[in-house]
Amino acid sequence: MSEETMPISLTVNGERVARSVPVRQHLVDFLRTELGLTGTHLGCEHGSCGACSVRVDGVLVRGCLMLAVQTDGGEVVTIEGLDATGEIADLQAAFVEHNALQCGFCTPGMLMAAAELVRAGERRTRAEIRTHLAGNFCRCTGYHAIVDAVAATLERRATGGSKRV
Amino acid sequence: MSEPVRPSPLAGSNSYVGRRVSRLAAKAAVAGRGRYTDDVTLPRLLQAAFLRSPYAHARILGFETAAAKRAPGVALVMTGRELAQLCSKPWVGTLSCFAGMKSAPQYPMAVDRACWAGEPVAIVVAETRAQAEDAAELIRVDWQELPAVADKRTALERHTPVLHAELGDNLAFRKCIEAGDVEAAFAGADLVIEENFEFGRHTGVSLEPRALLAAYDKATGKLTITTSSQCPHMIQRVFAQTLGIPDHNVQIIAPDVGGSFGLKIHSYGDEVATVAAAIKLGRPVKFIADRLESFVSDIHARENSVTARIAVNRSGEILGFDIDVLSGAGAYSQYPRTSVFEANQILTITGGPYRHKHYRARATVVYLNKAPSSQYRAVGHPIGNAIGEHLLEQAAYRLGIDPIEIRRRNVFPDDAYPAVSASGIKLKDLSHQRCLELIVERMGYQELRGEQARLRRQGIQRGIGIAAFIKGTSPGPLGYYGSGGAPISLQDACVIKLEPNGGIICAVGVTEQGQGTNTMVAQVAASALGAPIESVRVISGDTDAVPYGGGTFGSRATAIGGEAVYQAARALKSEILAIAGELLQTEPSLLDISAGVVIDAAGSRRLPLAEIGRICHFQLGELPSSRQPVLSHTRRFRLVEDLYIFANGVHGAYVEVDTDTGFVRLLQHWVVEDCGRLINPQLADEQVRGGCVQGIGGALYEHLVYDGQGQLTNGTLADYLVPMAAEMPDIDVAHVETPSSASELGAKGVGESGTGAAPAAIMNAINDALRPLNARVTSQPITPETVLRALGKI
Repeated sequence: MSEETMPISLTVNGERVARSVPVRQHLVDFLRTELGLTGTHLGCEHGSCGACSVRVDGVLVRGCLMLAVQTDGGEVVTIEGLDATGEIADLQAAFVEHNALQCGFCTPGMLMAAAELVRAGERRTRAEIRTHLAGNFCRCTGYHAIVDAVAATLERRATGGSKRV
Repeated sequence: MSEPVRPSPLAGSNSYVGRRVSRLAAKAAVAGRGRYTDDVTLPRLLQAAFLRSPYAHARILGFETAAAKRAPGVALVMTGRELAQLCSKPWVGTLSCFAGMKSAPQYPMAVDRACWAGEPVAIVVAETRAQAEDAAELIRVDWQELPAVADKRTALERHTPVLHAELGDNLAFRKCIEAGDVEAAFAGADLVIEENFEFGRHTGVSLEPRALLAAYDKATGKLTITTSSQCPHMIQRVFAQTLGIPDHNVQIIAPDVGGSFGLKIHSYGDEVATVAAAIKLGRPVKFIADRLESFVSDIHARENSVTARIAVNRSGEILGFDIDVLSGAGAYSQYPRTSVFEANQILTITGGPYRHKHYRARATVVYLNKAPSSQYRAVGHPIGNAIGEHLLEQAAYRLGIDPIEIRRRNVFPDDAYPAVSASGIKLKDLSHQRCLELIVERMGYQELRGEQARLRRQGIQRGIGIAAFIKGTSPGPLGYYGSGGAPISLQDACVIKLEPNGGIICAVGVTEQGQGTNTMVAQVAASALGAPIESVRVISGDTDAVPYGGGTFGSRATAIGGEAVYQAARALKSEILAIAGELLQTEPSLLDISAGVVIDAAGSRRLPLAEIGRICHFQLGELPSSRQPVLSHTRRFRLVEDLYIFANGVHGAYVEVDTDTGFVRLLQHWVVEDCGRLINPQLADEQVRGGCVQGIGGALYEHLVYDGQGQLTNGTLADYLVPMAAEMPDIDVAHVETPSSASELGAKGVGESGTGAAPAAIMNAINDALRPLNARVTSQPITPETVLRALGKI
């Protein structure tokens, strides 16, 4: 029951942060409540829905299944970070253009997952895109428009189109 | 002033109606800048957690809360009995329009008896959610377990315990619709097909769970509730009445809503407890349901067993339907929308696309020790459509008639309206014939049949399923809710204003959950007014800022709310042109507005809206003394005669069944939809696609599995299967546009029909695939096990 805490320091979206956090606090609660980074969402807190997806040390993880203390010394990138660097500006624009989101609650996690595919830079079939996104639950769109948006972005990048739409 | 005759502003080149317009909210969401209830915080905010009943049915003999109250960070522990003392009378979820229905009084949290596993029994409020959960674990309840009513088939039998003694039995509602001479029709039929159907219990699974933040100002008596809701004014009244605060002192703010699908049109006891805690403590309190408690406390739906038969003659003409529905509600009828609507809708819409005269439909709704059930996207339609379309398609195959052809022979002709269905509903402005022909074309139906036959010879079992549908949208005030006694408004309204800079503010009672309501409003307002869409800002989801309205449910936002916007914008335009006429010394009827500028009959730009705004707010001396500008217009809209605006369409599904594993692969899905005038074709398409996938989820995966003791056995997102990207097909959407004659805008609802019709098309496609193997499935979800059992392999 005691609220044991531990000091951690890490990089979040390129900024150094140091905090003392409850050892039981998961990464997303830390990002949302301590840092005010509310772009990362909690949909299930048991690793099924993908809404909490963030990048830790370059790898896509479920933020709800990782404790904040595990990121001590590490590097975390959230949707706010991806938005700021422009890494997926073309993908974000494609999501808007294709209406690949409705309520938007899954969207940050979906973009974090799709960013991996986009970063790899290869053309993919619609089935491959669907498989890659199979860990991210969207209740609104039926996924068709999301696949459209990712496919269009991959196509533009593969044909050497501008990374920014 | 007489309104001059002009071409419809919806049709001109100046119109945004019928065009793709991107949503502003989408730009915020992709940047991670959506603002949902849990993103809102306040000074001295506390967090709530609930102790919920572990039993489906149990008496509460006593509470021990001292340890919980002493736990770190705890500000309040309140039991159901303590909460009841802060509330007015308990809820009773009946409506007078459902004659004979009964329900027991329900308190926000269980008082001396818990009636479903998951019912809240105590609230704990603490500095953090983790502390509140820790403390909730320290509450000791002295439970006496009672026998549970878990099986709807035996709920009315003599040996079954009665859930609420004061009701006398477990019956919630009975209804029968009978038209024509059903017995004679069946006796004289060339073919009768009878079938038993099962539909599993589902829940909404919005990705953002239910969420609420309540703050009470003791000095002013003002209660401010930020919550993920579709119906701010309804819950304003529910909270106000339940907690004894005047409605007008309660502000409901719905910020971004992370999915809703009907589950956020309801009132929930844990939310009342949270608000009561905030009032009692004088500190803001937030409750965010976690996923596990969502499964046992969000509204459930769809649990129905149906026996149904169809009578047809040799040429495939439908003579009659006879259906008998047994619907499993939860422990209470949900207040204030009731738990009997699903059954009622099944009776109303089954066989709805077709001309048949002899119709009998009975429903029995019983109480069970399960979470309360109520309206969820496409209420009743997935079931009614699956029954009617299955029976018709089976009849077609038995008679050697193609499934498209049998529908051609039975649908109401496009020139037959107005018409009345056998169930007694008024139908108009529908287009079954055109939709059927269009889906044949979109599917490449004949080629697809050829491919199916070729593959069948190779032992690959593919199936094609068709489902025609009607969908009741945009309910009118003469039908159910308000007229039945519920605090639910079936009109909706828009206040539109011209600002000094020429900007337009639209405040609307309908709400936005991602479907694009606000964008629709901007499109309609800009088009009706002749203003650029960038000059329009839409306000919704705040009872302090918008006119009173019902909110968004029943596919009503565009058809009802959109018409109010259209009428309000026309009124504003009239005033602007009158003022412009005075300023320009011109007859107003010779003026128009285009791209935000008043133009004359020659099309010359005469006066920008910004100039009119400036003069009317700051330079009033330029106006005649008789002119007092208002520049703020409110219009309301409701259906005056009809119970609904019906939409219609056809679905086609193409699937492959692996007869060794029972797995169903969805190859492609087609929809032809007639939702009347299309305001934004892209947003309409996406409503259809998302709706289809929600329907497919119910047809193939989703099932809340309860055991015989009333325990939910799969209440996690790892165990309750929802559709994910990899299994879903691409969905081709096409439209037939028959404007509704109920409004000038001519829109019909589009948000739910995909969910209503897709399960029928999917089940028909699977049965088409299984047909050569003499197997048939009629239980949803159609799992691999269901398929293998039908094939006799397990």
